[in-house]
Amino acid sequence: MQHYNMDLTLKVWRQQNRNAQGGFETYQVKDISSEMSFLEMIDVLNEKLIHEGGDPIAFDHDCREGICGTCSMVIDGRPHGPWKGTTTCQLHMRAFKNGETIVIEPFRANSFPVLKDLVVDRKAFDRIIQAGGFISVNTGNAVDGNAIPIDKDDADNSFAAASCIGCGACVAACKNSSAMLFVSAKVSHLALLPQGAPEKSTRVAAMVDQMDKEGFGSCTNTYACEAECPKEISVMNIARLNREYLASSFNADK
Amino acid sequence: MALTGIFLIVFLLVHCYVNANVFFSHGEENFNRAAHFMGTNILVRIAEIGLFAGFILHIIQGYKLELSNRAKRSSKYAVTAGNKTSTWYSRSMALLGTLILLFLIIHLVHFWVPSRFGGLTEVNYDGKSVLNLYGRMKDVFSQEWVIIVYLLGCFSLAWHLLHGFQSAFQTMGWNHKKYTPLIHSMGVVFSVVVPLIFALMPLFMYFGWEIPVGELTLLF
Ligand code: HEM
Ligand code: SF4
Ligand code: FES
Repeated sequence: MQHYNMDLTLKVWRQQNRNAQGGFETYQVKDISSEMSFLEMIDVLNEKLIHEGGDPIAFDHDCREGICGTCSMVIDGRPHGPWKGTTTCQLHMRAFKNGETIVIEPFRANSFPVLKDLVVDRKAFDRIIQAGGFISVNTGNAVDGNAIPIDKDDADNSFAAASCIGCGACVAACKNSSAMLFVSAKVSHLALLPQGAPEKSTRVAAMVDQMDKEGFGSCTNTYACEAECPKEISVMNIARLNREYLASSFNADK
Repeated sequence: MALTGIFLIVFLLVHCYVNANVFFSHGEENFNRAAHFMGTNILVRIAEIGLFAGFILHIIQGYKLELSNRAKRSSKYAVTAGNKTSTWYSRSMALLGTLILLFLIIHLVHFWVPSRFGGLTEVNYDGKSVLNLYGRMKDVFSQEWVIIVYLLGCFSLAWHLLHGFQSAFQTMGWNHKKYTPLIHSMGVVFSVVVPLIFALMPLFMYFGWEIPVGELTLLF
């Protein structure tokens, strides 16, 4: 593809802290290369802001290679921007045209309060994992993983679910701010494997319970989450979560 | 939601089947007899209580769900993805449901209230006197505004079901590699065909159409 440079107008959400009133600020950036990543484009703007003695735009980022799930922002109404199956850090500026205006907002959900500008607090996800997103293992010699036979389809589905990077785009995309895609991925990747099976009933109940306590909304199956998920986690996992949850509520021993 | 939704879908099937009598010649007698059975049979009357409960439960659950979900995002987005990532009707279930509810109230006042609390003429078949609900349909569907309201009701139902049918299976945990595409197609067919049949009823009445058939057909 032809390389090109572009000038852009950015409307960026600025908010001093959790309790401050936020609002949009407009910035101009010039000579942005089509081969830059979206975050590099913001880096360019931030250097300019720092040079001018201003306050750089706060945004989350870590790996910048699409695996950590840190880079959270909504670009023109799309969490992680317009490309399918792509995180913001992997989104490149060739997705945009010269002269475009881009609106950049934080993930919005009451369960993800804004800390500053585009940075939101996603610890609610950590607490959901703490509630049950693990397996209990006794100490001692590590067991040979390959000694346990696992059905190929189960292994594949488990692996696909495990590719969730916990970014929260599903919550940001959902009109109900529901965390079902995330929780269903975390429930599924363990429930499908023999190592996760012993605790599957208590796990799903505890994680759903924590999800509700954190104030996420309820799923109404609009499937916007699946469309926006950078790891393309399937809503089949949500059906599995519903199934597991129903089964666990019939489990008389729990 | 899913259980009451499926329950209402089953009701629609029965309702649609019984009412389809009106499309045919002999429709008047067939329909009045069927309606008489539905109005007097003790089991149907008991099921009617269940139906009211189902509607009320579904409506209450629906509004509670909508209100609680709306409260989860106090600070709104300036730009949204719109129809790029989800369908407008999947996001508008409460609005479509409200339109269905408004239609339902008008519909009950047109037919259910007079059939229960009087105000209908009677006709005689083989010495048995039954309510002339067919005649009531003729009366009600002689007014243009009623036709328009009923058509809008059918449209709202179609869109509500277009999302709701498949959604109910997903909610109950039924998403299957092989069967889910089938459920989705069945949902589309159901959402188009059933409201279409309902929509044709006022039109048949207004324009006096009928499908000629020889013998009694759709009784039970
Ligand atoms: C004959 C009438 C109706 C039928 C057959 C019907 C059917 C359904 C079905 C199958 C669902 C999906 C359930 C799920 O995903 O778990 C649903 C959802 C819903 N319905 Fe209805 N419904 C009807 C009338 C109404 C009315 C009168 C309201 C009034 C408020 C309403 C409001 C809702 C709402 C808010 C939802 C939830 C949205 C969602 O889960 O996506 N419905 N309906
Ligand atoms: S399911 Fe997808 S969108 Fe949601 S947290 Fe996981 S990777 Fe992110
Ligand atoms: S910074 Fe790690 S996924 Fe984007």
